[in-house]
Amino acid sequence: MNVTITVNGEERVVDVAGPESLLSVLRNDLDLPGTKDACEQGECGSCTVVMAGETVCSCLVMAADADGTAVVTVEGLSDDEGLHPVQRAMLAEGAVQCGFCTPGFVVAGSHLLDTDPHPTELEIREALSGNICRCTGYGAILRAFETLTGEGT
Amino acid sequence: MTTRTAPGVLGGIGASVRRPDGEPKATGNFAFASDLSSENMLWGATLRSPHAHAKLTKLDTAPALEVAGVRAVLTQDDVPGNPLFGQEEQDQPVLCDGTARYWGEPVAVVAAEDEETARRAAAAIIVEWEPLPPAGDPDKAADEGLIFREMKIRRGNDSVAGSVVVEGFYETATQDQAPLGPEAGFAIPDGKGGLDLYITSQWIHVDHRQIVACLGVEPNQVRCHPAGIGGAFGSREDISLHIHIAMLSLATDRPVKMVYDRSESFVGHVKRHPSRMWYRHEADESGTLVKVTARLVFDGGAYAHTSRAVLANAAFFTVGAYRCDNVVVDAVAAKTNNPPCGAMRGFGAVQTCFGSEMQMDRLAEALDMDPLDLRRRNALAPGDPVATSGQIIEGSLPTVAVIDAVEAIPLPDPLEDDDPRLLPGGTGLTTPASSVVRGVGYAVGVKNLAFSEGFDDFAEARVVMTTAGVEVHTAAMEVGQGLVTVCQQIARTVLGTDRVAVVWDDTSKIGSAGSTSASRQTQMTGGAVLAASVGLRDRIIADHDGDDLRDDGVYRNGELMATLDKICEAGPIEHHERFRHPETFAPDENGQGDVHAGFVVAAHRAVVDVDPELGLVRVVQLDTAQDVGKALNPQAITGQLEGGIMQGMGLAVMEQLVVDKGVIRNPTFTDYLIPTFLDAPAVETRIIEEGDHWGPFGAKGIGESPTISSTPAIVSAIRAATGRDLTRVPVLPEDIIGM
Repeated sequence: MNVTITVNGEERVVDVAGPESLLSVLRNDLDLPGTKDACEQGECGSCTVVMAGETVCSCLVMAADADGTAVVTVEGLSDDEGLHPVQRAMLAEGAVQCGFCTPGFVVAGSHLLDTDPHPTELEIREALSGNICRCTGYGAILRAFETLTGEGT
Repeated sequence: MTTRTAPGVLGGIGASVRRPDGEPKATGNFAFASDLSSENMLWGATLRSPHAHAKLTKLDTAPALEVAGVRAVLTQDDVPGNPLFGQEEQDQPVLCDGTARYWGEPVAVVAAEDEETARRAAAAIIVEWEPLPPAGDPDKAADEGLIFREMKIRRGNDSVAGSVVVEGFYETATQDQAPLGPEAGFAIPDGKGGLDLYITSQWIHVDHRQIVACLGVEPNQVRCHPAGIGGAFGSREDISLHIHIAMLSLATDRPVKMVYDRSESFVGHVKRHPSRMWYRHEADESGTLVKVTARLVFDGGAYAHTSRAVLANAAFFTVGAYRCDNVVVDAVAAKTNNPPCGAMRGFGAVQTCFGSEMQMDRLAEALDMDPLDLRRRNALAPGDPVATSGQIIEGSLPTVAVIDAVEAIPLPDPLEDDDPRLLPGGTGLTTPASSVVRGVGYAVGVKNLAFSEGFDDFAEARVVMTTAGVEVHTAAMEVGQGLVTVCQQIARTVLGTDRVAVVWDDTSKIGSAGSTSASRQTQMTGGAVLAASVGLRDRIIADHDGDDLRDDGVYRNGELMATLDKICEAGPIEHHERFRHPETFAPDENGQGDVHAGFVVAAHRAVVDVDPELGLVRVVQLDTAQDVGKALNPQAITGQLEGGIMQGMGLAVMEQLVVDKGVIRNPTFTDYLIPTFLDAPAVETRIIEEGDHWGPFGAKGIGESPTISSTPAIVSAIRAATGRDLTRVPVLPEDIIGM
C-alpha cells in the first residue's frame, strides 16, 4: 500500500506493509535513523516526531495513518546553515551524554517552544515528561531550555 | 609534570569542554549500533526459553528453515569452539545446552532477509520442554551449596561488645540498568573465516577473548569495533548477542544485524543483584562504633557473570565510610534460576550502603544523637584502616568535608503551592497539600576505584603527533559518560595544542583499556593518555633540542626550533603507554589485605514530601557533595552527579524488576518505572577537590558514587517524614502505610 508523507519538507511515497509503524518507515524505508527506537510502546519518547503539527511517538502511529501528513524529524531541524537553537542550547549546557534520547528531546522541545515560547520550569518539565533520559537526570536539559525561554522574556 | 594548560590552548584540564560527539548526537547523525546497515545484510532473531528452569526435550529447526527468506538457524550444536562463555568463569552455554536455567535464555538464533521474517522463523521452531522446579530462594540455594562465592571477613576481636546495639534486616530489589539504547550489533564476514564485529560493549577486549574462544578461531581473525553506545551502566559488561551474530554471519557469509527490542533487552543483560542483609551495629555510649556484624545474601541468578567481584565489593563496604575495629561479615552470592545478575553502577556497594546507612540512622536514634554527628564521629579518613579489610587508606578521602558541604546547602522552602505537579501522586490529583509531611535524610557512601583483589588492571593508549594535530588512540568505551573529553583535555594540557582528536581503535590495533566500569576510565585511560602524552612531548622536545612544545612546534628560549612539518617530516610520531594503578592483592582467608587501589566518598541529602495516608512520595530536592580528587571537566561531573542520583532515586522509590518463580513480570517501560522529568527533584551539587595519589592530576573516578548514597538518603528522609522503620527498597506505598 502506497502512502505519501511530506517528510522534512520533501514529499516521499512509500510502499508500506499493513501494520508497519511510522517509526519503521522513517528508519528502515526512508533512511532517517535519527529517530530512535528504544521501547516501541510510547513510553520513552525516543521516537518523537512532529506529525500534522503535533508531537507523536512515531512507534505508535501506523504508517498508513501518516498518509497525506507533514512529518518533521530531528533531521529536519538543522541544516547546512546551522543547528536549531534547542540543539545549540543542549550542547552548550552538557545536556547530551549517550545521546540516544537526544533526538526525541530536540523534537519535543523545539515543538514546545514553537507552541509556547515562554514556558515556566514546571511547564517545561511537564511538556517533556514523556521523554525519558537515563543519563543526565534532566538537570542539564532543564538548564538548556531555561536559557532559551530566558532569551525571549 | 605540567599541570597548567598553556595560554591560548582551549579545552585543557579543568575546563567545561563540549564533547565532539555532541553535535552528531543532537542532529540525529550519530550512528548508534542499532542504526548500522548495509546492502546485503541479514537480520538476526533469537528464540528464548519460556521457562526459568526446564529440560529441553525436543528442538526441531526444520520448520524455521522452510520459511522463505531464512538463511540460517543455529543451536548449541552449531557452536564451533568453546560451548561456554563468561567473563570471569565460563559457565554459560552460548545457546541452550539441553537445560534452560533462566527465563529468556537463548535457545536458537535465526538469520533471515528481514527482521520480521527472522522473528517469525524463530517462532516457528518446534521446541518442547519438561519444566523443572526453579530455584528461586537465594537463602535456600546458599544452604544447598549453590553459590558463586562465599566470603568471610574477620577483623579484630569477636568477643568485643558495645553497650548500644541496633539490629536490622534489609532488602534491595532487582534493578535494571535500562540504558535507552538497546543491545545491538553488526557482523561483517571477511571472506577468510573471520569477521569484523561492531558491538555495544563496556570492554571490547574481554568480549573479544570470549568470542574467539566460542568461534574456535585465531584471535586475529576477529576484530571487535565499538559501535555507537546508548548508555550502559553495567548492562554491557557481559556478552549478549555478540557470539550469536558472529556465528550467523560466519554460517551465511553475509553481514548480520541484530537488535533487541525492549522486552528482550530486559532479559538480554544482567541486573543489579537483589540482596538480603542482616546487620548488627554495636557502639559505646559516645557513639563510637565498636563492632559490626553482618550477613549478606546476594542472588546471582543462573550464571556467574561478575557475581564474585560484586559480592566482594558488597562485603568490603559492609560498614560504609566509617571506622570500626571489630567486624564480622559472612557474605554469599547464590546461584538460582532467577535472572542472571552482574554489574550495575555501584557494583555491590549500593546494596550494603543502603543497609549500613539505615543502621547508622537507627543507631543515632538509639543514642539520641544527631545522625550527621554520629557519621562525623566515625568518619573514615586517610591513614585509617578500612573497617572490613584493614587496608590503610592512602590518597585523599574527605568524608567529613562531604558531610559538612552537603549539610551547608540551603534547604528548599516549605511546600506552599498546591499545584498537583509538585505534590505526591502528581496529576493523579490524589493528595492535597494539607496532607503532606516533609522529611529530610542524609547518607554517606564510599566505594573503591578501579579493579581490586590483585587483578592485573591496566589501560593502553597511543598518542600520535601529526601535522594536522594530535590523535589519541584508545579502546576505552565511551558510553555517554564523557571520557572522550577527558582524553582530549589531558592531551591538550600536556602537548600545548587544542587540536586533539580521539580515535577508537578496534581490538587488532591497540591493547585493552580495561572496562568502562568501576569508575575507572578517567583514572586508567586518563592515566595512560597522560603518560603517553608526556612521553611524546619529552621525546619531541629532546629530538629538537628544545625546552617547550607548543601548537606550532618546538621552542627553545621562546624561539621556534622546529615546526610541526619538520617534527613530522618522516611521518607521524607516536608514543604508546600501558598504565597500571598501584598494585592490589587478593584478600587472605579472613578477608584482610590491601585489596583496593583507591577510594571515593560522597554524601547525599534528600528532602521528600510524603502523603502518609496513601503512601505516596515526591522527592523535592536531592543534594550532594562529591569527592572528585581534581575536577577535569566540571560540567561533565555535574552531569554524572545528577544522572547517577536519578538512578539512585529510581531504586529508592520506583525501580523494581518483579520476578515471580524466575519469570520477569514487568519487562517493559510501561511496567518498569524510570524517573521522568516530572519525578526529577531539584539537585544542588558541591565538589570537593583534594588530589588523590595516582589519578591524572589527582583526579578520581566519580561515575558510581552518585548512585550509592542517594538511595538511602531518600529512604532516610521518608523515614523522618513518616516515622516508619523502612527496611527495603524501593519503598512502596504499602511500606509507608504499613500494610
